[in-house]
Amino acid sequence: MTKRNETARETMALPNQNVELGRSEAPSELLRELVAHLRQNRTQLREEWVVRITETRLLTAMTKEEIFAEATSVYDSYVEALETEAFEALQAYARNLSERIIPRGVETHEVVGIVLLLRDVLARSLFAKYQTDFKKLNRILDAYEPAANRIANTVAVGFVQERERVIRQQQEAIRELSTPVLQVRERLLILPIIGVIDPQRARQLTEQLLRGIRTNRAKVVVIDITGVAAMDLTVANNLVQTVEASRLLGATVIVTGLSPEIAQTLVTIGVDLGKMNTVGDLQGGIEQAERLLGYKVAALAEPQ
Amino acid sequence: MEVPILKQGEYLIATFQAALSDADLNQLRSGLVQQVVKLRSRGVIVDVTAMDVMDSFASRTLREIAHMIRLRGAVTVIVGIQPEVAFAMVQLGLTLEDVATALDLEEGLAYLNQKFKNTH
Repeated sequence: MTKRNETARETMALPNQNVELGRSEAPSELLRELVAHLRQNRTQLREEWVVRITETRLLTAMTKEEIFAEATSVYDSYVEALETEAFEALQAYARNLSERIIPRGVETHEVVGIVLLLRDVLARSLFAKYQTDFKKLNRILDAYEPAANRIANTVAVGFVQERERVIRQQQEAIRELSTPVLQVRERLLILPIIGVIDPQRARQLTEQLLRGIRTNRAKVVVIDITGVAAMDLTVANNLVQTVEASRLLGATVIVTGLSPEIAQTLVTIGVDLGKMNTVGDLQGGIEQAERLLGYKVAALAEPQ
Repeated sequence: MEVPILKQGEYLIATFQAALSDADLNQLRSGLVQQVVKLRSRGVIVDVTAMDVMDSFASRTLREIAHMIRLRGAVTVIVGIQPEVAFAMVQLGLTLEDVATALDLEEGLAYLNQKFKNTH
């Protein structure tokens, strides 16, 4: 095994010295032979591959027909990549495939799994074909394995890259959706925070709020965190910083909507909440803000 | 560069023109503390709108000014801290605790007027 791997590496590194090394065929010729074999047995090998995929319960998110269709194009791209040793087309195909299957919940291990299965199926067919000629089998594998490994690598990397791109895109979208700073009355802003606060978002929130205070000449800000599920030490400190920075601009901050869990967390981790002005819910927060600003809300008539 | 101290009614107004050296800050501190009793002022406004950097020395001096002026019987308001400066300050832990702050000069005057409203 080790010996074969070594020769494989030699083959990769020194493609022109094969003749001197006493080989009967150049690896490119072997590859050609290999490709011809794979083309010839296309239908049968592809069938076998699809059966193995279903057996191992990969790609469960896709229907049988879809798996078959994808398997056909993957098989053809695979053979083509073996033949031309050009991986750009395969790379593009892998990216395209990932784009289609990621939204359907296909996992990384499934994609890597099917490519390795194909590699396995093809290798077995080579064993079967050359079982009488062991030396030839060795040389064929020398040519086949590095190329097959590169293909598996390319597909896996393409898939992971596509996934990362999707994640980045979603992060960007979340950031853009982020948090509006709304003016509800003259000199009164509200900042409803929903979702997870990470340090980056906390920073963005604070900057946005401070700018909002300046442009709206706000005196009171109500930060509503009803939509924040959990809070840790970092986020709590960020919140305290936001409150302090707002005060430096002359605005009072009222925090509303702390859930029982968050209240407990904050008390347990011992965040200094002395400077924070908290009210149970958003309505209460706005009412207190109105009092601070000297507003008095009164009903003009009985509600209809 | 020396910071001019202007008298406006019952208040003193000191407006920072640009980044100040430590010596300028010390001079401002002693100037304000002297003037506040001499001119019988009840309030002092320090306007830092022009400052785009606030280091720990400047921040400490502002706090000292506020505390000393309180001991001299007047009230201090720091006005015009820029959003970016405020953000940087809290990250450095410079929060000017127990010093009154306001958005700008107008707000600072409003704050003092409100505070002294009932004593006229």
